[in-house]
Amino acid sequence: MAQQEVKEYQKYYVPEQSIWPIIGAVALFLIAVGAGTFTVEVSKGKEGHGEWILLAGIATLIFMVTGWFRNQIHESMAGLYSEQLSRSYRQGMAWFIFSEVMFFAAFFGALFYARTIAIPWLGGASNNAMTNEVLWPGFEAVWPLLQTPGGTESTQMGWFGLPLINTLLLLTSSVTCHYAHVGLEQNKRKQLSWMLGLTIILGCIFLALQVEEYIHAYEIGLTLDSGLYGNTFFLLTGFHGMHVTLGTVILIVLWFRVQKGHFTPDNHFAFQAGSWYWHFVDVVWVMLFFFVYIL
Amino acid sequence: MSTATDTIHHDEHDDHHHHIPKGIKRWLFTTNHKDIGSLYLWFSFIMFLTGGAMAMVIRAELFQPGLQIVDPNFFNQMTTVHGLIMVFGAVMPAFTGLANWLIPMMIGAPDMALPRMNNWSFWILPFAFLILLSSLFLEGGGPAFGWTFYAPLSTTYSSDSTALFVFSVHIMGISSIMGAINVIVTIWNMRAPGMTWMKMPMFVWTWLITAFLLIAVMPVLAGVVTMVLTDKYFGTSFFNAAGGGDPVMFQHIFWFFGHPEVYIMILPAFGIISHIIPTFARKPLFGYASMVYATASIALLSFIVWAHHMFTTGMPVAAEMFFMFATMLISVPTGVKVFNWVATMWRGSMTFEIPMLFAIAFVVLFTIGGLSGLMLAITPVDFQYHDTYFVVAHFHYVLVTGAVFSIMAAAYYWLPKWTGVMYDNTLAKWHFWASLVSVNVLFFPMHFVGLAGMPRRIPDYALQFADFNKWISIGGFAFGLSQLIFLALLIKACRKQGEPASDQVWDGAEGLEWEIPSPAPYHTFETPPVIK
Repeated sequence: MAQQEVKEYQKYYVPEQSIWPIIGAVALFLIAVGAGTFTVEVSKGKEGHGEWILLAGIATLIFMVTGWFRNQIHESMAGLYSEQLSRSYRQGMAWFIFSEVMFFAAFFGALFYARTIAIPWLGGASNNAMTNEVLWPGFEAVWPLLQTPGGTESTQMGWFGLPLINTLLLLTSSVTCHYAHVGLEQNKRKQLSWMLGLTIILGCIFLALQVEEYIHAYEIGLTLDSGLYGNTFFLLTGFHGMHVTLGTVILIVLWFRVQKGHFTPDNHFAFQAGSWYWHFVDVVWVMLFFFVYIL
Repeated sequence: MSTATDTIHHDEHDDHHHHIPKGIKRWLFTTNHKDIGSLYLWFSFIMFLTGGAMAMVIRAELFQPGLQIVDPNFFNQMTTVHGLIMVFGAVMPAFTGLANWLIPMMIGAPDMALPRMNNWSFWILPFAFLILLSSLFLEGGGPAFGWTFYAPLSTTYSSDSTALFVFSVHIMGISSIMGAINVIVTIWNMRAPGMTWMKMPMFVWTWLITAFLLIAVMPVLAGVVTMVLTDKYFGTSFFNAAGGGDPVMFQHIFWFFGHPEVYIMILPAFGIISHIIPTFARKPLFGYASMVYATASIALLSFIVWAHHMFTTGMPVAAEMFFMFATMLISVPTGVKVFNWVATMWRGSMTFEIPMLFAIAFVVLFTIGGLSGLMLAITPVDFQYHDTYFVVAHFHYVLVTGAVFSIMAAAYYWLPKWTGVMYDNTLAKWHFWASLVSVNVLFFPMHFVGLAGMPRRIPDYALQFADFNKWISIGGFAFGLSQLIFLALLIKACRKQGEPASDQVWDGAEGLEWEIPSPAPYHTFETPPVIK
């Protein structure tokens, strides 16, 4: 790639052949096979190779992402990118975030459907009196669903305390992330570095408290398999937590790049993408705080 | 759709640009939209033959009443994997392949906007289908719950290969989302100077809208398969009433993905037909702007009609009425399209080359599928049609004589541009007429057995359906064999056996892709043309 030069007539940078995508394809293959096998092994309590295949896949994926991004960074620093290309990257990132929004929408949709339709119907609402009477006698439709029609009991998670602190932490981190961006745009590198570092620390504290919250939930008897309240609680917060983890890793990489002097006030796609992603996980959390905890 | 160009660089590419890579590495590491397009198209054709072979098993079993050849569990695996392969492995990748080949050439761009991601989105697909197909050989068998994987069939009653099924669907989804992001960004950002929105070729328009649908609904599919996974293996109860969930909720989430999905498989077809009919009628497309608005309306409406797949699951009457009327509304923009194609042909100087034959067959047969769709949309009537062969007839008319015929029309239309040679016209005629006759023998009688009450997805049937099923199976085998003619033709064309094709190929063809040489050089439009 090194001897490649941008020819004058070439308006758009089209990369040479790359080995990274096919490595990424192998990585996803290993992850899928590994995760599929591992899932069955865990649920059946069997011994097997699933976890090793999965780990090999994740390692390959990390290797691929590192190599691919190193490539991109070299190209970017070599000034191969045009204004048009950086627009392509920005738009691509925006659409990726939109796809993430739709992924969360599926789980929020399940939550709303269950709360407004499925559970009331099980409790006899609409024309379902006999469903309640015959199939689930004695079941009362209330949210949070602390006693399922099948009889599993669990406890409600309060919004005060840890969740509220976490909300404040993430909201603050969005603000610090914004000021890091402002620092970058005004070429105040010190502000950029400190604010970005602060964002990362807030993200890490959030994740640690989230682990604390899960331990607390299991202690008071709210588990993944304790009915729809536990299901939606753990899957929504769990997928959100995975996204925060990814976002934190992205921000850490960005922080190291900042220390190496990368990014200029008008050429910092990677930073922008990372900060968009961070704001996105923040917005998801606010939705989550309202619909999972408070309402 | 003005396409006159200012500067087109024909021959200067190869001398000052790197050479074309050779061997397997060319295909594994490629960032070239034409290579990736070819990979997608060949992959989808292989999947089409694989899924087709499964359809042959289904038709062989149904040739006579009674259980003949395979056991019911294997029959279920065949119907399931046939559907999954045809939807995610054949039709969708074929359209993505066409998008890769054509969109950059149609808008005057040097390549797709994100060429490396383009490679990634292709190469994860063969792996996904490797996983899906190999799950058929596992203990307990592969997925056997229908391509719609309704809970509790896919949760409580499924085999342990379900986990692999879930993750292979995840990979297919990632592939589609990345492909769609690439298409949108390319169209949005890389059009040649002067190509305004309303000068874009129809195929580009329809793909832009399709890509939006893909990004909006593929993540929802990912969500619903994830819930199936956790329900089956980790004790959640999204689709289990005992835990406060609801199996019907599965259908709502699935069809929120599933209905836009069926338009994902037909909108690019609309684009293709809107190129072919004007060329061979030698008239510009009638009502270009209305075609654009109709496509967008169909896409938006597709988000509010999903529950017409579930009229018999027990929804409140108000919801049934809403979904019935919303569904019928879709016939308005679709009608606009069919009207415009016919109006384009009206008083045109028509000739009937192979792409045009497929296009006309598309207009007629897709419309039959559309009309049976209208019948299915009528809630009270659907109570009789639901889950019968009438439904099978309906969606095979729109997907085989619709989507698949449009893909074949596209292959015949652009093949000379891709390979530089004219395909074997005799084989092509055999392929068209054999397909046209056999596909109707195959799918038309399904309407009758369906109306008479033959249920779908069952390996056996009542004696009174025997005669029709015999003919359906004969049509099926004939249609399957006809595709081997197409295979032979494609191999000949790719080996460049045939008359050299001119640059314009068809004398009525308009568009940037016809102004570059045939075969299209490895790199085109490195300097964007200027559209006047």
